[in-house]
Amino acid sequence: MILDKKHELERKLFRQFAETEFTKELQDRLDETGEFDWDMHRKMARYGFMGVRIPRELGGAGGDYLSYALLIEEFARVDAALSIYANTSNSLGGGPLMMAGTQAQKEKYLPQIASGEKIMVFALTEPGAGSDAGGTTTTAIADGDDFILNGRKTFVSGAPMADWCLVFAKTDLAAKGSRGISMFVVDLKLPGVSLGAPEKKMGINGYPTCDVVMEDVRVSKDCLVGPLHKGFSIAMRTLDGGRLGMAAQAVGIAQSCLDESVAYARERKQFGQPIGNFQGVSFMLAEMATEIEAARQLVYHAAELKDAGKDATMACSMAKFYAAETANRCAYKAVQIHGGYGYSKDYKVERLYRDARICSIYEGTSQIQEVVIAGQLLKK
Amino acid sequence: MKIIVTVKQVPDTTGKVSVKPDGTLDRASMETVTNPDDLNAVEAALQLKDQYGAKVITVTMGPMQAESMLRELYAMGVDECVLVSGREFGGSDTYATSQIIAAAIDTIGLDEDDIILAGRQAIDGDTAQVGPQIAEKLHLPQVSYAAEITKEDDGLLIKRMLEDGYMMIKVKTPCLITCVKELNEPRYMSVQGIEDCFDKEIRILSYEDLKDHPLIDKTTIGLQGSPTNIYKSFTPPQKSAGRMLKGNAQETAAELAKCLAEKHLI
Repeated sequence: MILDKKHELERKLFRQFAETEFTKELQDRLDETGEFDWDMHRKMARYGFMGVRIPRELGGAGGDYLSYALLIEEFARVDAALSIYANTSNSLGGGPLMMAGTQAQKEKYLPQIASGEKIMVFALTEPGAGSDAGGTTTTAIADGDDFILNGRKTFVSGAPMADWCLVFAKTDLAAKGSRGISMFVVDLKLPGVSLGAPEKKMGINGYPTCDVVMEDVRVSKDCLVGPLHKGFSIAMRTLDGGRLGMAAQAVGIAQSCLDESVAYARERKQFGQPIGNFQGVSFMLAEMATEIEAARQLVYHAAELKDAGKDATMACSMAKFYAAETANRCAYKAVQIHGGYGYSKDYKVERLYRDARICSIYEGTSQIQEVVIAGQLLKK
Repeated sequence: MKIIVTVKQVPDTTGKVSVKPDGTLDRASMETVTNPDDLNAVEAALQLKDQYGAKVITVTMGPMQAESMLRELYAMGVDECVLVSGREFGGSDTYATSQIIAAAIDTIGLDEDDIILAGRQAIDGDTAQVGPQIAEKLHLPQVSYAAEITKEDDGLLIKRMLEDGYMMIKVKTPCLITCVKELNEPRYMSVQGIEDCFDKEIRILSYEDLKDHPLIDKTTIGLQGSPTNIYKSFTPPQKSAGRMLKGNAQETAAELAKCLAEKHLI
């Protein structure tokens, strides 16, 4: 795909911002402490990154899926954790509201998310329900004009900083599998809500993740997003967009692996010459570059389909599957090219190797993406 | 209040610098950027706009390719972009350029509370002459090297940066201020700004539009009207690397004196 002038300029902005603002000091601090950086969150909000894909009339920048994908790719190229900062509001946090919220809900939540004043996160996974979201055991029982929520959500990215959380809960207890699930906005300051300790993660440090536990949490029926009992289909459609973002993140991480490897292959000398002169190394670079470009085109194509309002389920899963696996292959090769230095924290590829590992896991594992792709192929 | 900012598209010297066989810059093969000091001037204008409300207008002279720079300025928050462009203007030196830009600013019109901001100098020519010459031709007061701009009731208070200190200067509007990089940190474009910038109109001022202005005359613009011409430009030979002298003060001083004596410098 050849980007049009507008997207080309957006890419320039995202690249310029990331290369200037995501300093090595900040990257190291995030990786070491795992703590969220509010200053960077606010700075991103100032330039409209939190609301890239949120409509103009709701306080966003009014961009499209391609703008969003470029943002995540360029940010992840410098720092994968920081690419999540501007991700959630445009995908799993803001996405379900844009898709299924009432006008009043959109007006209540989206402007504050787009401006970065508030953070909305997404809670689908449970200790016993991951890829099998149908195994949800969190319940929301109607009680007059309210619902009472009980249950535990796990791996909720961003929950420690969040104000609101989109919670998927069983509202029709008799319904089987993924039926009878509804979506609610839960204010995390409500009585009965408690948070687990932040997870100690392998990578993506600096964007904390924790459990959200709900014990008799009372929310009004205004907090129901989308039709009652039909929340699961919204979750699935939201995940399409989320997968696109995470595919873009994988492309950014993979590109960073290549950038680091090319620079190192030029400068590192063995047997009296730069190691890039050896075919064993140069072929790895060629493989990485080719796979990254293929992954990037899958991502842009999926974004284009979504922007055109066409069915993009298979395209998003293909992009996520291929880009995530590419990121992992590239991270392996990048560390291999760096040799012993690649295993040292003094070199960026050590972190990239850890950051890449999540790509084929979150927002649907690679195997789940294959299930989605195959399901589309085999459906009648 | 209007704030008119003069800007220039220049070759990006952080990238590949390409020189033609005749010694002049091969601009066509180089990436371009907005002149860094001019971005400080734009930022100053946008800050004044944020604080007091103003219309920010950027004016540039150059070929139509300067449009890409102007789109970026729109994306930063500039309200109107004016491109002064015409074959007749080509080859202008600083005298002719300031003549043309002064005519363009006069055509846009200046009110009592208006301000003209310019970058201190462009990174390609490094003359720092165009801003001050525009002020002279428009008979406006000017303050160069502004490191701080404060708006007061009837004008501006400028902290003027000198090599070894500052001068505080009060100036009445309309006036022209040239800005140094210490003035501020230019903002990025915003996503919303980019979404809108390609739909905005760029006002073109051609020779036809300006030819009746008293400052415009075939003998004062373009190559013909330029009192200075570039005779030759060249890349200076690289200086050889310095040498560090090691040892205590007495040893190094003796070694240094020996080196200087060998070169017949002492």
